[in-house]
Amino acid sequence: MSSQSINAETAATELDNILEMENVSVAYAGNYAVKNVSFNVARNAITSIIGPSGCGKSTLLRCLNRMNDFILDASIEGNIRFEGQDIYAREVDAVEVRHHIGMVFQKPNPFPKSIFKNVAWGPTVNRYQGSITELVERSLKQASLWDEVKDRLNDSALGLSGGQQQRLCIARALAMEPNVLLMDEPCSALDPISTAHIEDLMFDLKSRYTIVIVTHNMQQASRVSDYTAFMEMGNLIEFDESERLFTRPSNQRTEDYVSGRFG
Amino acid sequence: MRRRHAKARVFAKFCGLVTWLGTALLLVLLWQIFSDGLRWLDIDFLRSFPSRFPERAGILSALAGTLWLISLVAIISIPVGVATAIYIEEFGGKGKLVKIIDINISNLAGVPSIVYGIIGLTLFVRGLQLERSLISGALTMSLLILPVIIIASREAIRTVPDSIRHAAIALGGTQWQTVWSHVLPASFPGILTGVILGLSRAIGETAPLIMIGALTYVAFVPEGPMDSFTALPIQIFNWVSRPQEEFHELAAAAIIVLLVVLLSMNSFAIFIRHKMEKKLQ
Repeated sequence: MSSQSINAETAATELDNILEMENVSVAYAGNYAVKNVSFNVARNAITSIIGPSGCGKSTLLRCLNRMNDFILDASIEGNIRFEGQDIYAREVDAVEVRHHIGMVFQKPNPFPKSIFKNVAWGPTVNRYQGSITELVERSLKQASLWDEVKDRLNDSALGLSGGQQQRLCIARALAMEPNVLLMDEPCSALDPISTAHIEDLMFDLKSRYTIVIVTHNMQQASRVSDYTAFMEMGNLIEFDESERLFTRPSNQRTEDYVSGRFG
Repeated sequence: MRRRHAKARVFAKFCGLVTWLGTALLLVLLWQIFSDGLRWLDIDFLRSFPSRFPERAGILSALAGTLWLISLVAIISIPVGVATAIYIEEFGGKGKLVKIIDINISNLAGVPSIVYGIIGLTLFVRGLQLERSLISGALTMSLLILPVIIIASREAIRTVPDSIRHAAIALGGTQWQTVWSHVLPASFPGILTGVILGLSRAIGETAPLIMIGALTYVAFVPEGPMDSFTALPIQIFNWVSRPQEEFHELAAAAIIVLLVVLLSMNSFAIFIRHKMEKKLQ
């Protein structure tokens, strides 16, 4: 853990942190996938988590909205705070956590229902008070999908292309009006044009949402994110502003990875 | 190389032959039944009660009994079966209890139907004092087909990809909301197949009904679940065991009616399933 260097810490404390991770470890049936990771996520910024396959970056991300609750033998140690509140505290309802922290998955996973119902389902089950129709339109516009689907909202979502499906999943998450959006390799199943589309979208969303994105694409991380965490074998190796981490990393392992010497 | 191809051809031929053999046997059977029974089949046959005079005998009470029975069985077994499947697959976790239930259900599917008849007789007819009523029969039949419905429903629920569940959970749905709005609709076609398999079995079973003492001669139409009853398979069994040739032909006519009931039930289910699947695509 001594190799861990957090240069952005001084800068980050001045910023407003929406999520704080403190000595987070995650074990599946006794095998640690994430070891003692600590860093903060700044509000209205894009933070990316990079690292080679199996380094624990997705596992860490899934802890942030308690999606690991459903993996039976996963155990989580340490402290994760959202707006200062420990999200694993006993009195906290995991469903409530996921209202505030939305998630987009690696593979587009629209419900086998209409486009409209895909977006409307989350707000409906959470008793949204306003007009669902307006909310669906607003969310689809935010995900820059509205123009492509406005004439066929009642068609099945499975008829959309992969890139459109992923933007639909983003729209669906945005319809919950979350504070944080977690994205688990959202572009790994998409072609370059769809990827560019989603990256543009992330820039647009930054002013209103905090985004944490897991990616194994370093170019993507350096293009879109303000902060980057580099993980390896479950350890956090370096956390810094993206610009510095990709140009002047302070750790040799990071340098080897971002310069493409391995991984 | 040539020998391998020859082997493959022989095997394919063999499979084709066996398939046709089964179909041909079924056709012969159907042909025999239709040629025996078709001439007895008219509106009076459906409207009359059984009689010892073949020309006056009909299946009104048996047909009504079968329709009553199958409706009650559906009302009892579908909710219980599907709920059990949901519990085991979605909420039960991996505990010992679920494992024990799991093994029991698989074993129950293989128990001979006459054994269910004995259970029905001791538990429902005598134990709960429901007498030889429709409800006793329906409960017994429900026990018999529950394993079929549960196993098929579990299979169907298991084919729903986890990504759908994760998506719903991540959108702030509770586990129940996830199951109700996404898992159940997506597994509905499979569940329906299981239900139909189960109900088809129930409609044709005779042994448990004889065991719990469904009557062989009933000259009235049951009006409620507490009435005594007869059913088509029992009527058929009864007619076949008589010496006169006419009654054998009447049995064939009753078999045709039973087949029609069964097939219309199945085609209704297939129709619904087709519609659901279309909607999902």
